[in-house]
Amino acid sequence: MATILEVQNLKKYFSTPRGLLHAVDDVSFKMEAGTTLGVVGESGCGKSTLGRTILHLLDSTDGKIFFEGEDVTQVNRRKLRQLRKDMQIIFQDPFSSLNPRMSVSDTISEAFYINGEKNKDYIRSETRKLMDTVGLARIFEYSYPHELDGGRCQRIGIARALALNPKFIVCDEPVSALDVSIQAQILNLMSDLQKEKKLSYMFVTHDLSVVRYVSDEIIVMYLGQMVEKASSDELFKNPLHPYTKALLSAIPVPDVHHKKNRVLLQGEISSPINPAPGCRFAARCINATPECKKPQKLVEVSQGHFVSCSKVQEVK
Amino acid sequence: MKEAEKLLTINDLTVEFTSDREIIQAVNHVSLEIYKGETLGLVGETGAGKTTIAKSILRILPKPQGRTKSGSIIFDGADLLSISEHEMRKIRGNKISMIFQDPMSALNPVVSVGKQISEAIMLHQKLSKKETKELAIKMLEMVGIPGARYDEYPHQFSGGMKQRVIIAMALACRPELLLADEPTTALDVTIQAQVLEMMAKLKEELKTSMLLITHDLGIVAETCDKVAVIYAGEIIEYAGVEEIFDNPVHPYTLGLFGSLPSADGDKEKRLKPINGMMPNPARLPGGCKFAERCPHASEECRSNEIELADTGEGHLVRCMKCSLVKEAR
Repeated sequence: MATILEVQNLKKYFSTPRGLLHAVDDVSFKMEAGTTLGVVGESGCGKSTLGRTILHLLDSTDGKIFFEGEDVTQVNRRKLRQLRKDMQIIFQDPFSSLNPRMSVSDTISEAFYINGEKNKDYIRSETRKLMDTVGLARIFEYSYPHELDGGRCQRIGIARALALNPKFIVCDEPVSALDVSIQAQILNLMSDLQKEKKLSYMFVTHDLSVVRYVSDEIIVMYLGQMVEKASSDELFKNPLHPYTKALLSAIPVPDVHHKKNRVLLQGEISSPINPAPGCRFAARCINATPECKKPQKLVEVSQGHFVSCSKVQEVK
Repeated sequence: MKEAEKLLTINDLTVEFTSDREIIQAVNHVSLEIYKGETLGLVGETGAGKTTIAKSILRILPKPQGRTKSGSIIFDGADLLSISEHEMRKIRGNKISMIFQDPMSALNPVVSVGKQISEAIMLHQKLSKKETKELAIKMLEMVGIPGARYDEYPHQFSGGMKQRVIIAMALACRPELLLADEPTTALDVTIQAQVLEMMAKLKEELKTSMLLITHDLGIVAETCDKVAVIYAGEIIEYAGVEEIFDNPVHPYTLGLFGSLPSADGDKEKRLKPINGMMPNPARLPGGCKFAERCPHASEECRSNEIELADTGEGHLVRCMKCSLVKEAR
């Protein structure tokens, strides 16, 4: 399969009054077309920033992003607009990401107008087709977001992202604002669309059971750094980084007979502003030694399984 | 079976909200019991009426639009719905306290966290200033926050720590009943694990009973003794936690379980969502409220009011097709 996205040493720093905030720090990965890459981590770990930097919604500080072989960080505005047709985003909050003064059909058809389509009949029929695709009944064509519930608003968000037949969609917590029964409807819809349109998803979420269900490969992030990357099955069967282990064991399992074997973490995430070199997880890690203060390297421990921990052999 | 004492009994509670033109039936004829030292989980989707039940217990429904139309809430031999506001104040925050969902908005941003805990203590206990402060510091330390941070303000704490401050405040007067409204929903999983572990420990130490409101079935499995599933303001299934997880009967409960990505990570298994949406609480259908979304529904489900019936060993279900559903499962 072809590589659709390759990210090399991507960095995104924000300057704050107290220093540089390392939101994304030296992240590299490759992604195959037609697959789903899950990105997990806790709030503030840089997972949304990573998604937005890849789409060039935020300028990167350093590093390269190749989308179908083309470096997104170097293109001019006109070229970027063309690239954007292929790269779309679905946002977390279905209410605040929609314009409250635009009806459902206005919101979806705006994408066509922006890209220079002038034929109104064509736009109208395409908009209706998109509404059918995402399961929005025609009666909502002239409804406004406040008249619809969260699940339907999220369907508008998906329809809008699909309008220009993208190849790659960043899904930034698309179901975390929804109830479980609606969440399942949206996840099924997204998986059907992926099969039908051969989409590639980058699925950013903090919900680990969802990420396991949707992803082929998973990246675990901690304080801007990628600490582990593996296929979904491998990561859940054989997590190696101490943070991944703690994260996975913290999921409450909906099964009364499940035996808890929880790795409880002490303390909380430290500040991402001017972080010290070395492992950022060391302060909370049970295996940490002075050695961990040296910068860590991402090591491939087995086929496709990368870990950034100098103690990985011992932890094993 | 151990002889447990009933701490709280809700009988036939009905709560209505009045909006511009409509009357919203938020809670309909809910009856439930909480025994001493027990945790009851209240599970359901947004808008099912979970939080409204908790707020009715403390009589903090928004006024004037919300009101309890009928029913009684018996706590310590008294009906909380008919005692005076003066009496209620002695109970609120003292014998019954509540943890709210959002730790960011439940604290006063311009009062130090220590003072906020002290305030709760001073309202209910006759202690000197020094003793109050000592107790507040003890509470902070109990939830794992150094006492030296007594004078710090909410913005100096992270989300997980703020939620712990709120738990410390709720537990400061050693309440007999704790109403926890989605206490960990706003937190990250690793912090959530810390807070849940701490709550379990504190519950053990203080022998507090708890009403835990959540939509996360994982948390229910870990922390609750009994579960009540709420749909459109009604209890539709009520049983011990093991019974609900091993033997769910109501099609809605089954639907909730089917909506969860499976624990073994099997991607080939398609999720089985519940079709459609919850009915508008201002225009509830007659008969079974779930009939419209139910794969087993028939005409008689829509025409008859359905009672909560015992299907054996205290497992209550509001469904007339129980046996059919069991077979189909």
